[in-house]
Amino acid sequence: MMEYKFTNSEEILRLCKKHNLPISEVAKRFEAERAHKSIASVRNQMKKVRDAMYDAVRKGVKTEEKSKMGMVGGDAKKIYAALKNVKNMMGNKVTLRAMAYATAVGEQNACMNRIVAFPTAGGAGVVPGVLFSASESFKAGKRKLLRGMFCASTIGLIIAENATLSAAKGGCQAEVGAAAGMAAAGLTEMRGGTPEQCFHAAAIALKSYIGLACDPLGGLVEVPCIKRNAIGCMNAIGASDMVMAGVKSFIPLDEVIEAMRDAAELMSPKLRETALGGLAMTKTGIMIKKKLGLKIK
Amino acid sequence: MDNPLLNASRDYIKATEVCATTCHGQIRKRFIIKSMDKKSSFAKLEKTSNLQTMSETSIFDIAGPIMVGPSSSHTAGACKIGQFARALFHGTPKKATFYLHGSFGEVYKGHATDLALLAGIMKFKTSDSRLKEAFEIAKKKKIQYEFIKKDLGKDYHPNTVRIVLENRDRKMSMIGSSVGGGMIEILKIDNFPVHLHGRAGKYLSLIICHKKNADVLPKIKEQLKKINIEVVNTQQVSYKDKTLSVIALGHTRITLAQVQDIEKNTEGIDFMRSLSKLEKQ
Repeated sequence: MMEYKFTNSEEILRLCKKHNLPISEVAKRFEAERAHKSIASVRNQMKKVRDAMYDAVRKGVKTEEKSKMGMVGGDAKKIYAALKNVKNMMGNKVTLRAMAYATAVGEQNACMNRIVAFPTAGGAGVVPGVLFSASESFKAGKRKLLRGMFCASTIGLIIAENATLSAAKGGCQAEVGAAAGMAAAGLTEMRGGTPEQCFHAAAIALKSYIGLACDPLGGLVEVPCIKRNAIGCMNAIGASDMVMAGVKSFIPLDEVIEAMRDAAELMSPKLRETALGGLAMTKTGIMIKKKLGLKIK
Repeated sequence: MDNPLLNASRDYIKATEVCATTCHGQIRKRFIIKSMDKKSSFAKLEKTSNLQTMSETSIFDIAGPIMVGPSSSHTAGACKIGQFARALFHGTPKKATFYLHGSFGEVYKGHATDLALLAGIMKFKTSDSRLKEAFEIAKKKKIQYEFIKKDLGKDYHPNTVRIVLENRDRKMSMIGSSVGGGMIEILKIDNFPVHLHGRAGKYLSLIICHKKNADVLPKIKEQLKKINIEVVNTQQVSYKDKTLSVIALGHTRITLAQVQDIEKNTEGIDFMRSLSKLEKQ
């Protein structure tokens, strides 16, 4: 029997209290137990993930490379450049940088470069965006970053278990929505929030995404995916800020995830990664479809 | 998500008992499939794969995979199907033909499915940044390739490809589907209907082709036992006078030398392939 086994946030909370550990530690021990590995090797594996994400972010904010269809590319550099003029911006350094990083990852993905699907390719920008940007403004940011990543993965795991992480099944709520929830929890742990606070942050972030359609132009992970990743960062940072200010989610995380699954079942297949509804069927969307030689139904 | 080798194949599901085993090889769920109807019994099979427990999903299934974009099902999954084909073929092919079915056929250019499949044939990992240059590299390696849009039949998942690999003296075909999130299923090897679940992570597989009714499995199992390798599950499929056996192994790795040893020491085997190399990709 596994000691660190969990299927929902309530069980994680129980483990955290029983062993007096943060969520990230529970996640590490769970993985070590599951895969019969040492905790150190689990940490090292996460470091590899971190390095791969960092490469994508660094490359992405420097390049102006366009995607094959030319729909995206170069925006991350623009946002990153705006950091120099942060006084003229409404957001602060952390939010701007988070958006730049998230866009960078999205653009790298669209341009066929290496990224980490954290949790999926479509929502891959939010977690690195928020966590890297925040870690740069913390002391001992690198170590905290790993904690944030473990905590975020835990949230992803319970979403995968109790709802879905596939846009083909659950729309964008399952990709960018899930990623925002994960990032919110990870950020909250990095800032020293309690496990309860992490779950509240994840719930608040995720609640804003219930029922969001996956309607990419031409079925490509480009428009609106990449900008949704950037906005997802704002959402996650906002949720974490609210929680740190003392706000709680009225609905517990487990119920929000249940609602997410329910909404996924109610959604029309046209809004689930098929490019047959929503933004994909706008005038611009149809133009892209024609360019790609797709059927317009 | 990932599941061990579920019993048998589409065509071979009759009134059989399907067992989904856990990581430790214990039987967790049993389903009696009563229906003879292929489709509904297949739906039940898929249901069993959703019943996987937490202990089978890793933290790194969420924090990963590290991959080359743009799409986990059209790029990463396609690359993995290619890797499987290559592992089964065992050697560099001279010619690769890809028959793209459904959504693969419709959007393969936009999602770079063609590059990814070809990269997989050349043993590239899903995270290999050279994936973009797969065409040039294939030309350098003198591998001929061709992509053909083809309807393989409505029973297949929309993201399905039939890969035919050839060199001077051999030819092999395989059908694989990318079912989302980088996970794949292998549905046909040559003429044998199989049902292999890929992410090829937790279960390492041995694939053995031998004559029908040849009693090779006990011999192989005995040899595996000698080198302390645990057998989790086996499945067998026959077509005409040949049988394809798939053995799912436990956590212990098997080395290529060990596989070759067993292949040499056992009579009546046409070929034996290990898919363990795919573990980390």
